[in-house]
Amino acid sequence: MDARLSVRARGIGKCFGDVVALDGIDLDVAPGRVHGLVGPNGAGKTTLLGLLLGLAAADSGRLEILGTPVGRTLAAPDGVAGFVDGPGLYPSLTARQNLAALAALRGGDARTQRIDDVLDQVGLTDVADDRTRGFSLGMRQRLGLAAALLAEPRLLVLDEPSNGLDPAGKRHVHGVLGRLAADGAAVVLSSHRMDDLEALCDDITILAAGRVVFSGPLDKLASENRELDYRLRTSDAPAARWLAAATAGVRLVDDAGSRAGAAEGIVVRAQTPALDELVARLVRSGVAVRELTPVVSPLEAAFLALTAPQEDGG
Amino acid sequence: MTATLADDRPTAARRVTVVRGYRFELVKLFSQWRVRLLVLACWIAPALFVAAVSEQSTLPSDTLFGRWMHTTGWAGPLVTLGFAGAWALPLLAPVVAGDVFASEDRLGTWRHLLVAVRSPRRIFAAKALAGFSVVLLLVTGLACSGMAGGLLAVGDRPLIGLDGRLLTPADAGGKVLLAWVCVLVPTLALAALGILGSVALGRSPTGLLLPGLAALAMQVAQALPLPVAVRLALPGYAFTAWDGLFTAPAQTTPLLIGVAVSLVWAVGATVPAYLLFVRRDFTDAAYDGSGRRTIALGLLPPVALVALTAALVALAAPAAGSGIRQDKVQRSLATAFAHLYRLQTEQLHRPAVTEARLRTSAACTKSAGHGAQEGPGNDWRCVVTWRLPGVPVAGTAVYQLDVGSDGRFVADGDGPKEVNGYFLVRTPTGDAPNPLWQFDGQVDLLDTTSKG
Repeated sequence: MDARLSVRARGIGKCFGDVVALDGIDLDVAPGRVHGLVGPNGAGKTTLLGLLLGLAAADSGRLEILGTPVGRTLAAPDGVAGFVDGPGLYPSLTARQNLAALAALRGGDARTQRIDDVLDQVGLTDVADDRTRGFSLGMRQRLGLAAALLAEPRLLVLDEPSNGLDPAGKRHVHGVLGRLAADGAAVVLSSHRMDDLEALCDDITILAAGRVVFSGPLDKLASENRELDYRLRTSDAPAARWLAAATAGVRLVDDAGSRAGAAEGIVVRAQTPALDELVARLVRSGVAVRELTPVVSPLEAAFLALTAPQEDGG
Repeated sequence: MTATLADDRPTAARRVTVVRGYRFELVKLFSQWRVRLLVLACWIAPALFVAAVSEQSTLPSDTLFGRWMHTTGWAGPLVTLGFAGAWALPLLAPVVAGDVFASEDRLGTWRHLLVAVRSPRRIFAAKALAGFSVVLLLVTGLACSGMAGGLLAVGDRPLIGLDGRLLTPADAGGKVLLAWVCVLVPTLALAALGILGSVALGRSPTGLLLPGLAALAMQVAQALPLPVAVRLALPGYAFTAWDGLFTAPAQTTPLLIGVAVSLVWAVGATVPAYLLFVRRDFTDAAYDGSGRRTIALGLLPPVALVALTAALVALAAPAAGSGIRQDKVQRSLATAFAHLYRLQTEQLHRPAVTEARLRTSAACTKSAGHGAQEGPGNDWRCVVTWRLPGVPVAGTAVYQLDVGSDGRFVADGDGPKEVNGYFLVRTPTGDAPNPLWQFDGQVDLLDTTSKG
């Protein structure tokens, strides 16, 4: 199983002078999976992505990328593409020229059809012949993704790919990454956008102060999590409040009886089994459940819970 | 649409060759409007300038060969060369070559490039080659444009050399071409200096500007009364030493030393730039120099180069002080006068006379004989004496000389006016000033032949 991993990192350490950027990082990324990296600023996400792209070498530990041990800078094997700290684009070239120049540099297929194809995938066909000087951040991100796609990656590494994307751009990017994973490529991306990560990622690694505080499937994160806050809107708010208070493992969070609370529903704190019991009781009592949503997403809640001590400490 | 994937087998990274990197750099460079504009200017402006000045009644006689721009089309490219060597190339070459590196810092694209190429060595090679290529294109443009402007506006005619000798159009053309080829080397040396500055100082704009200003300062220093060994040790000496090609025999020693020194500078700047580049930490987006390493590899090499080459030049070509001695000034003036006297004789349709029969000599004093009779200055006064066959009395003419610290001088006739005053003479191409009125000459700074 391990032999098929796209990324296998064991005990990776990286320091910049006195600053420990990565401290004993273990990471497994399987082909066909989208793996999210989350962590507060300075947690080491970009450093880790840089190692995967070959921009730097780890000071300690063992890193294998696409089955190839990587022990020095710029030794990443073919099939790795992506960007950190924003895509590298040349503003005096058009979008198409940027891609054509890059394709020619790599000695790959610089034919118009392939370039048109990736431009279409990221939704930039209409501006293909515009200079990138005038591109917005979102357009630049999408063109950076297109540039990475030109390399036909088996491991795609992206740092904050959703930055600056409008809903249409986000749809394009999500679609591309989903298709890429479906075709067997591994995608590793970092983001501060929890909704993006939840929508895109199969697996999540949470970093804090250079260490892994969680790594695994997204649903495991939700199940391992402690109590969550949920907003509950029903057809009968007072009855719902009474039933919530009477259900074991469920606590009311908002002010009881407040007008706003009555209008907008109630907020309850519970683990999933207790919440299931509350919903069953509401139904049995003839109270219609109109909305039941987490106030913060499971990922965000886990992120806040798992990284708070490190933030305080650091 | 589906993204296609490569084979699952792990493969070593595909090697991006220097040639492909070089093409990539050229594509980026020529997509910039300021580079295109600069190339266009270098290929057009000299032609327009030379053609326009050649049509004016007043010529740039303070520039070497400027006084002959009406006479021959080969003077124009030499005037262009003088201007380019003094101002344009010292400023442009380091900035253009350095910007090939500095632009990646400005755009934040180093990491993108590294991921694509995966070799700082090949990136450096491709970028350095691209920078040098653009600089060569600029120099070629200046040369071709200046020649085209001169030849189209004035024509392919003989050129008067710095020893007063008349060069045939073919000879003049060959020497003009050779002079431009010779300045390619100091231009590349300054370009290498620009690369060193940009690599050493990273994102800082100082890295781009400092080498250009330093190169310009070194060219300005050529106009100062420096010891000849120090003058030759500077990378831009060949920008002025080409004038030695226009004497007979050609003063090739200073030119060859200048070219050799420029080569040493080119290598001496490129090697530390390379070492700094391959050791750079490209994960640091805010890189603006590497502290002690920058000083060790960025600043010390140029200083060491000046000291080392000055010492070597002093040992190899032991010319003391400024290299401008009284006997050398006298010899140079007498030679130029003799050739020009013969030319004047032809133009005035007098009986032909050869330089040998004229037995011309000159007696020069500096500061009316006070102080050391050597060094640059506009206080040289010379009396030229010559003899005509069948005339018992020797002719004499007085000249005021303005001798530059690079050995070039302008001789200004101070009587008698029948010999070296201002009057027009009829030539096959029209009226021209008396060739003995004002003329340029050159003292060989490294000539160590004994006095007298």
